[in-house]
Amino acid sequence: MTTTLRENDVDAPAAAPRELVELQGPSDRAFTAITTTSGLIVLALMGAVGIFLTFEAFDALRSVGFSFLTTQKWEPDRNEFGIASILWFTILIAGVAVAIALPIAIATALFIVEVVPARFRSWFVALVDLMAAVPSVVYGLWGLFLLQGQAIGLSRWLNSWFGWIPIFRVDGADPGSPLANATVYSASTFIAGLVVAMMVMPIQCVVMREVFSQVPPGEREGAFALGSTRWGMIRVVTLPFGRGGIIGGTMLGLGRALGETIAVFLIISPRFDITPHVLEAGSNSVSALIALRYNEASGFGLSALFAAGLALFAITLVVNFTASWFVARSRSGASSEA
Amino acid sequence: MAVTDLEAPAVDGAPSRRTVLPGNNPPAAPAVARVLGKWSKDDSLLLAGVVMSSLATTALLFGRLTPLSGRLGFVVVFFGIFLVTYAVMTSFTESGPSVVDRVMTALLTSAAMVAMFALGSVIVYVLYRSFDALIHLNFYTQDLSQAGPLTPLTEGGMLHAIAGTLIMTFLSLIFTVPLAVTCAVFLNESGSRSASFVRTVVTAMTALPSIVAGLFIFATFILVLGFERSGLAASLAISIMMLPIIIRASDVVLRLVPGSLREASSALGAPKWRTVWHVVLPTARSGLTTSVILGVARGIGETAPILLTAGYTSTMNLNPRSNAMVSLPLAAFELVRSPQPDQIARGFGAAALLMILVLILFSIARLLGGRPVGHLSQRQRRKRAQQSIDDLARIERQRNLREHGLSPMSSPQHAPAGAPNRR
Repeated sequence: MTTTLRENDVDAPAAAPRELVELQGPSDRAFTAITTTSGLIVLALMGAVGIFLTFEAFDALRSVGFSFLTTQKWEPDRNEFGIASILWFTILIAGVAVAIALPIAIATALFIVEVVPARFRSWFVALVDLMAAVPSVVYGLWGLFLLQGQAIGLSRWLNSWFGWIPIFRVDGADPGSPLANATVYSASTFIAGLVVAMMVMPIQCVVMREVFSQVPPGEREGAFALGSTRWGMIRVVTLPFGRGGIIGGTMLGLGRALGETIAVFLIISPRFDITPHVLEAGSNSVSALIALRYNEASGFGLSALFAAGLALFAITLVVNFTASWFVARSRSGASSEA
Repeated sequence: MAVTDLEAPAVDGAPSRRTVLPGNNPPAAPAVARVLGKWSKDDSLLLAGVVMSSLATTALLFGRLTPLSGRLGFVVVFFGIFLVTYAVMTSFTESGPSVVDRVMTALLTSAAMVAMFALGSVIVYVLYRSFDALIHLNFYTQDLSQAGPLTPLTEGGMLHAIAGTLIMTFLSLIFTVPLAVTCAVFLNESGSRSASFVRTVVTAMTALPSIVAGLFIFATFILVLGFERSGLAASLAISIMMLPIIIRASDVVLRLVPGSLREASSALGAPKWRTVWHVVLPTARSGLTTSVILGVARGIGETAPILLTAGYTSTMNLNPRSNAMVSLPLAAFELVRSPQPDQIARGFGAAALLMILVLILFSIARLLGGRPVGHLSQRQRRKRAQQSIDDLARIERQRNLREHGLSPMSSPQHAPAGAPNRR
């Protein structure tokens, strides 16, 4: 690499920045070519995911057209299929998961950054990171064998006291009867959402902790100097500073929750009618549908599954792009990891 | 005026000719958060007293006074009573904002405790349920080909799934690491607009649903190219999952390499690839290892893509190019769906092995990644010092050679120019 100055710039006033011309040697040109190619390969791979999904889904989408978005059935052999109910349940599960995970994620992130003594901070950071690294199948087993039994009691309690709120109603359940059957509460959207919340919480928490820890010490200490308590400081300094991180982290967790497969598949029993009752038995999700049907599907049925996968892919992409936009746009975003 | 200004240094002479290092005013130390606030013995005693009294009140409510029942209910009622008592007790000595502060601190702490308790319960429960399977040695040395659903736990094991996991992980490492690191270098060194576009796409892809990655390989490798379901297809699917994760993490690590190191290398005349190869990558080595390990920890636990691309088998298959190959998460997933308790125990055993594997990988990553970029361990520092001494010896040797061999040519040229400068 040779750096040369332009001849005519020698007489120019020194204040102006001089123009540098970089002459690349052959080794550097090869280096640039190789790295750029690798970038393009990655880009092509990622683009290929979308292109191939569209390509494979084309048959099914052309056959049913716009009703793909409104049909509440999945019978590709009779040419009646659509993702209306599946998408509804997918979003409902993700919504339940985020609603449960979000307060815990914010509180844990604040706890790690502001409350815990510095000596133990790295422990909690490691534990939350570890929670994010535990494989989803492990969470699935835990949810199916341990949590489900515990959560049914909670479901029954919610139904008997708050059953008048539509989302907590359960058709076919009689809270007064001592012989009430527990199966009306099992395999529900709520329980699947609880398990997915376990996976989503650490992801959200990591992003928020990252952003909260970038609060300028001067602003924190300024709040304290003005007589604020710790919570007062958190309210007026940390939370407003980290707003972008909170929104971005939430969206990132939402993206993960939408795509979760195995844990949801293990817990739910599939149903295809739209209902807002989250405690009721039966739910669905795009990824669980694919995992359930990929094996038995005919060529056309497979194409229908690809169409469902494409819809999931599009939604997660939109959610993730929005998430990174929020994080990058926030005051703290320039150097954050999300 | 101008004359005096010019003359002042001329009188002194030496300072104007000497190179002034910019080190005279060191850069301001980065702002570090101070430890504020304190926690007195009084506070601890108050907290302990409040916990005791609310525990007692809750026990009274549950056993004697009201028909409340249930473990979860106990915890919730206890927590409610605790918060109220704590607020009341604090309000005797503190002002309003301070009471709110105490209550909120208690809330934040208990939320973190809930999260930790959940993590602990996952780990303990999976280990507890898998205990029966894990204590038998045959669990690690046999496959399931001879053991049906009704065979007791003293026969059959997970060797085929362990082998499958290792093969798939190894293959996907071969596929991803070179591409991911090169791409991360591209993102950092090129600085062009296309690099930032690639970065945006990669970031969005880190949360690609794993089943979509499986579908993609299923569509291309198996349906279009006509290969059968195999370990190779599964490792390709895992690679699609891992690639954006490793690129993203490596990109962050490479960005932390100080620009001054790059500039120093360039200033010494090193071409760009030498700067990257000899300066940037070695500096970021521990961080890069960490990002690769974290990517592996993520990829090793993926079930959905393997379900679509590898198929399930109960026999040992060491050939990734043909026939079904099973991995630990897939084995766990398939086995727990059986109604037989022994199969479920085997499934939990596979999940426990997987969890332990992830724990080990994770601990290694923490150990390596605990150090910030560019900070060296004791051993590395000694190695660098030795290298530096060797370099000095080498340079001395070459100078001696040059002075003995080429002195008539070089020294007379330098002598007249250098002499007046020295005093």
